[in-house]
Amino acid sequence: MRNPQLNKHGELQHLLTIDGLPRGILTAILDTAAPFTAVAEREVKKLPLLRGKSIFNLFFENSTRTRTTFEIAAKRLSADVVNLNVSTSSTAKGESLLDTVDNLCAMQADMFVVRHAASGAPFLIAQHLFATGRDDIHVVNAGDGRHAHPTQGLLDMYTIRHFKRDFTNLTVAIVGDVLHSRVARSQISALTTLGVPEVRVIGPKTLLPTDVERLGVRVFHDIREGLRGVDVVMMLRLQNERMNGALLPTPQEFYKVWGLTAEKLALAKPDAIVMHPGPMNRGVEIDSSVADGAQAVILPQVTFGIAVRMAVMSMLAGQQGSK
Amino acid sequence: MDMQSLDAEALCKTLVEQMRPHVSPATALVGIHTGGVWLAERLHRALGLSQPPGSIDVSFYRDDFGSKGLHPQPKRTEIPFTVEGADVIIVDDVLYTGRTTRAAINELFDFGRPARVDLAVLIDRGGRELPIAPRWCALTLPEPLPANQSLQLEAGATGELTLRLIDA
Repeated sequence: MRNPQLNKHGELQHLLTIDGLPRGILTAILDTAAPFTAVAEREVKKLPLLRGKSIFNLFFENSTRTRTTFEIAAKRLSADVVNLNVSTSSTAKGESLLDTVDNLCAMQADMFVVRHAASGAPFLIAQHLFATGRDDIHVVNAGDGRHAHPTQGLLDMYTIRHFKRDFTNLTVAIVGDVLHSRVARSQISALTTLGVPEVRVIGPKTLLPTDVERLGVRVFHDIREGLRGVDVVMMLRLQNERMNGALLPTPQEFYKVWGLTAEKLALAKPDAIVMHPGPMNRGVEIDSSVADGAQAVILPQVTFGIAVRMAVMSMLAGQQGSK
Repeated sequence: MDMQSLDAEALCKTLVEQMRPHVSPATALVGIHTGGVWLAERLHRALGLSQPPGSIDVSFYRDDFGSKGLHPQPKRTEIPFTVEGADVIIVDDVLYTGRTTRAAINELFDFGRPARVDLAVLIDRGGRELPIAPRWCALTLPEPLPANQSLQLEAGATGELTLRLIDA
């Protein structure tokens, strides 16, 4: 079966998940993002690439950073951006997801940026567009349920490459609530595809998926043991809103055992970088002294996120299947 | 004329002599990737200019993005001088349709409003599709080059420039 993300020329048609994308495409996105980072230093912070294109931000779930950086990225590419406030939209009145999509297609949409609490919602939209012969419209997954958040995974890879240059000699640790994290799944796929030899996953048994080893990672249930000698520490947010049932003790107890403090970070390599996808729970998964410390690259992640999203959108809009 | 006998080094010297009476040390050069960047570095040294030369990759400003998409691995555009009020010379190796020049002018203006913009090229191969003409040009081909051929500037290991004719 053809990868639903690629067109018949092997180019990116939709960005739905990092799973199954070849290394060449991931590297091309990172390479394309590099020159976009310099646009912010110009007198006119805009490029004409997506002039006349309409991009719809369809956020069925809350987001500040992701929605804002997608919007900035689209505007820096001169696209027209429409933000759909879903709580006040027809969905609240009972319209189905695909009816909403059909209506926006009738408004000449060129691209959808979709966040949804249900895993697979962006796939459903992409499939629907294919089935109805609208291959010229592109879908970017901005986070679906527990499944994937590919642009976050890519901006994390851009950040690692920026600070560490080469993926093939790194040990990378992903720490915390992997079970509820779409970010972690995208990070693991991206790291293994790009050739990182050792990816570690560190967390309590209740917050790790049962078959996590199958993703090609080493599992640690002791944070001190897991952080020893790593080059990159990728913290995850504790996702209280997705938890039902008693998976956790109190946040204070979680912090005591799993929170990243300066003392625990000292076990990693001295030049290790600390990443976090945001929003941070200070004093829960990360201590303020680490979040604001010299090894943290959390704010550069946000800035690089704009360039990476510009790269993704311009590669989608520029492929041969487009009008 | 015999295309194989084109001497890039000699053409480069011709271009320097054409430009010399018209430039001041404050004149700024911007080369278009990739051949134009090598040429701009050459001209910069030969003309003794004080401003460091800039480089432009027009990938994000091309008018064929809609049909051809993004060029793989675009380079970073670097303009290391203040464009506002500057005398700028855009440098390219081969001038053809003029579309690359137009894209470069558009990109340059996103860095500020230059006082003046000129164009210097090594070779004008004919085939213009836009009202663009170089102010300095070392060689204008007597007959336009057929569309299935292209001329490409290449830089050797020691930096010597050569021109190669490529059949598409």
